[in-house]
Amino acid sequence: MYFESFEAFLQMGRHGAYVWSAYGLSLLLIVASLVSAVRAERGARQTVRRLRQRANNAGENAK
Amino acid sequence: MWSTLVRWYHQLGSPRYFYRFSTVVLPWLWVLAIVLTAVGLVWGLAFAPEDYQQGNSYRIIFIHVPAAGAALTGYVAMGVAGLVALVWRMKMAEIMIRAIAPFGAVLAAVALLTGAIWGKPTWGTYWVWDARLTSMLIMLFLYLGVVALMKAIEDDRQGARAASLLSVVGVINVVVVKYSVEWWNSLHQGSTINLTRETTMPAEMLVPLLVSMAGIYLLFAVSVLVRARAEILRRERKSRWLQEEV
Repeated sequence: MYFESFEAFLQMGRHGAYVWSAYGLSLLLIVASLVSAVRAERGARQTVRRLRQRANNAGENAK
Repeated sequence: MWSTLVRWYHQLGSPRYFYRFSTVVLPWLWVLAIVLTAVGLVWGLAFAPEDYQQGNSYRIIFIHVPAAGAALTGYVAMGVAGLVALVWRMKMAEIMIRAIAPFGAVLAAVALLTGAIWGKPTWGTYWVWDARLTSMLIMLFLYLGVVALMKAIEDDRQGARAASLLSVVGVINVVVVKYSVEWWNSLHQGSTINLTRETTMPAEMLVPLLVSMAGIYLLFAVSVLVRARAEILRRERKSRWLQEEV
């Protein structure tokens, strides 16, 4: 590690507040976007499964 | 070579092939993207040396530059998809526009926010209305405009046409962002990484920057694939092949 202690790492000279807020905000935005993408995909997949189920049931009943 | 590219284009242009392709590729891409991003950021934050002028505030570069670069590249990709959608009315191209825009907007916002925070200790101000910052803000609005257009217009094809047009026209702004620091006087520093000229950065800083850049680009790719799948699942929900696939 470049820093001498963990405190020094957190403080980053006088720039800790800038560096950590920049990284915190970035991570928050990126993770939130990825989570919403995964949720959308999962939700859409469940809808398709439900439609298949319904189609199968309709087929069974017709027999 | 050319024929392989053409075949690839036609295969990935089919929602069915694209869906299968992404099923295979995504798990690997997730792992690679997360590992590279984590390694690059931790390396930049904790192991790279301090900058002799800017001190530790410069460490913001390891997220700022990858986000800005990927936002720009993503916009060009969206513009190309927009052109293909307008000219050939290719369904997959329309899906790609919708898949690219949200994460592009997030990365443009990240670039703007981290830039503003970095500006305070470096320039003494969070924001100036100069060419680089203003054109980047316009890029965020263009991305958000594409997202909003596709959501607002009920008919998928019509929404895609409007969004394609905005994507294609907005590519002009990418050129403005890219060359703004050369065309106008700006507080913003010139580019650090150059393909044509020598890079003005020591390897201890450059290598972690390139690693986190690769990571962020791959996260963008992951986001595009996941959102494209969601869109295929929504549009093709009634087709037999997809119902057999899920």
